[in-house]
Amino acid sequence: MSFAREASRAVRSTLALWVLTAMLYPLLMLAIGQIVFPYQANGSLIRNAQNEVVGSALIGQPFTSDRYFNSRPSTSSYSTADPAADEGRVLQTGVSGASNLAPSNVALLDRIRGKGDPDPEQAIEGEIPRLQQAGIQPTADLVYTSGSSLDPHITPAGAAAQINRVATARGLQPNQLEDLIRQNTDGRFLGIFGEPGVNVLKLNLALDTL
Amino acid sequence: MLQGWIQIGLTLLILVAITPLFGGYMARVYQEEKTFFDRILNPLDRLLYSAIGVQPKENMTGWQYARAAISSNIVMALLIFFLIMNQGWLPLNPTRVPAPTWDTALHTTISFITNTNQQHYSGETYLSYGSQMLGLGYHMFTSAATGLAVGIAFIRGLTGKPLGNFYVDLIRSITRILLPISIVGAIALLAAGVPETLAGVVVVPTLEDPAVSQAIARGPVAHYEFIKELGENGGGFFAINSAHPFENPNGFTNLVQLVAILSVPSSLIYTYGVFANNIKQALLVYLIPLSILVGFVILTAIAEYNGNPAVNALLNVDQAPNLEGKEVRFGWAQSALYAVITTASMCGAINSLHDSFMPNGGFATLSNMFLQIVFGGQGTGTAYLFAYLLLAVFVTGLMVGRTPEFLGRKIEKREVVLASFLILLVHPIAILIPGAITMAFPDQLSGISNPGFHGLSQVMYEYASAAANNGSGFEGLGDSQPSPIAIAGGAETSTTALWWNLSTCFSLLAGRYIPIVSLLLLADGLSRKQPVPETVGTLRTDTGLFTGVTAGVILILGALTFFPILALGPIAEAFLISRGIG
Repeated sequence: MSFAREASRAVRSTLALWVLTAMLYPLLMLAIGQIVFPYQANGSLIRNAQNEVVGSALIGQPFTSDRYFNSRPSTSSYSTADPAADEGRVLQTGVSGASNLAPSNVALLDRIRGKGDPDPEQAIEGEIPRLQQAGIQPTADLVYTSGSSLDPHITPAGAAAQINRVATARGLQPNQLEDLIRQNTDGRFLGIFGEPGVNVLKLNLALDTL
Repeated sequence: MLQGWIQIGLTLLILVAITPLFGGYMARVYQEEKTFFDRILNPLDRLLYSAIGVQPKENMTGWQYARAAISSNIVMALLIFFLIMNQGWLPLNPTRVPAPTWDTALHTTISFITNTNQQHYSGETYLSYGSQMLGLGYHMFTSAATGLAVGIAFIRGLTGKPLGNFYVDLIRSITRILLPISIVGAIALLAAGVPETLAGVVVVPTLEDPAVSQAIARGPVAHYEFIKELGENGGGFFAINSAHPFENPNGFTNLVQLVAILSVPSSLIYTYGVFANNIKQALLVYLIPLSILVGFVILTAIAEYNGNPAVNALLNVDQAPNLEGKEVRFGWAQSALYAVITTASMCGAINSLHDSFMPNGGFATLSNMFLQIVFGGQGTGTAYLFAYLLLAVFVTGLMVGRTPEFLGRKIEKREVVLASFLILLVHPIAILIPGAITMAFPDQLSGISNPGFHGLSQVMYEYASAAANNGSGFEGLGDSQPSPIAIAGGAETSTTALWWNLSTCFSLLAGRYIPIVSLLLLADGLSRKQPVPETVGTLRTDTGLFTGVTAGVILILGALTFFPILALGPIAEAFLISRGIG
């Protein structure tokens, strides 16, 4: 076969398949998404009573105060930044990421247990001391950073460990909070696949409406 | 704990159960028998054939087939390189991302055309929607179809049939297998919460502190997501791949992804059985990768369940799962299962960070990529498996003093040279030589982020992932240039990233195109041989004994080459952790 014929087939196959798989297929899926599943297709956004977007049902938010159930530690602080001082341009694109610390890396232990240092800049507070100070019994999910840094969930045990703290701060009964946790827990698929998780943003939004 | 094992067992059962159905369907597709959607798809196929200028009945020789595969791949790569380098002014760029550095664009192009999808970039901050949808999403179809076509041509040659026509196989792989299944799968993902939109980022004030805002990245994800798994591509739309809640929101999507990842390479063994008219042999061969896979899943999952002893001591418990780099909704079981399946099948998508796995996970994922046959890559994995089978025929032939034959064809010098070249030389060269160069200059080149033995694993994982066309990584490694947005803001480019981008290109290309050419030449030679009649003296290759010998050959030839790396990396790290760290 001549070189010209070989090259012509290569170019023509490139263009024909490009139209089919990179244009027609995505356009079909965009149409189905926007028409049949507009809520999911646009990011499962949660709106408040004023119809303003307050977050996504699938993406976590940072919570550290005692009035809210705290979320897992995150390497990107859940893709957040102060709009007035966003040097990293986080808000232009949104980000995700992980610590990538190996189990044998001492930096992982320092982050979890804390590390004193004469230079306050170098000192690390540590996840366990921070949780203990807040009166929360540490669980694995609350000391390990998540995969995406956007994990919307904490484990049911991690939520239960925070009930007394939130109840005291808000003057509520612990059993009210137990009900809320149950209502905002996403179960396993078919009761089998995956792990149950308490959706922290939805739980805290529900707390505010009590 | 038991619940976790049940999830793992059921997922594997589903995978095994679909193998004969899907494998049988693929056999019908490639033997051009009647299939369900012929009425719609036959006209589409004919349209594509005439657009490309292909005579569907024209058979190619091995060399012609390889030339067609490579020349089409070159043109496809040029198109995508152009799209990425010009994304700054091209449409579909709502987040206003400028073009990345040339080396990032080059590495990304080569990594996607080779079906690897090794990512030295983060989707959100480096690429426009257009580059992902029109560029990378396109390669996800064509690179997977190229691999499938080569795998099928190899099976045809092995079973004594003409190799077929590359363009026909390429098109049928897309129109009969990848595209229709992707449409169904993408709709399932969409319904379960994966976004599909051209609208840009949503910025909202956070609930706890409205002075701080959250940026929610979106995009045309669902269509991209499913072909990412089905085509064993693995390049995530977002930086953090299938750990991102928008790529993989729940247990349902995770199951769909796992099944999609392993379905083609596992079913292709059954397809071989149909072609060879010997289902028994296909099932016996199937047991080799299946048993290795199950072993690795158990090894990895036990360690993730037991967790990091140093952290468990801080938590005052005997056992707590290692959740560093893992999502709550997947936990230890689905994370360990995903990690092993994605490296076994050369997909390379991740739902948890392999860098943070216990050493058992590092051992299993690295071994998967060293072996390349634990189902292996799209099309090529099955071909490698049978190349091992040819070597086993040769070895056993020598042992019992009979002429080695496979499916009635003599295995002679040319076959043994090509098969052993493939298995014993290309893969180690593409991993160990660049790895050794990098380790010779640890400060200048390596970009290691975790100290000690784990650092060696990081470097070797990157090259193994490139050469095996897997694409996952120990992502702490400093292999990325700063994002184009950061560079526009004045960030300096990095020499380490330049080295990684260029040196992995060598492994990517060597690990893809040398095997493709060798496999096709091997198949071509076999298909031309005169069949020799089977006699009582013929060594039978569809017995349990022969399958056991093959497994031995795989472990000896495939694993021993790389054993020093495993010993100095994950095994040494495991000893370090059991002794106690810091």
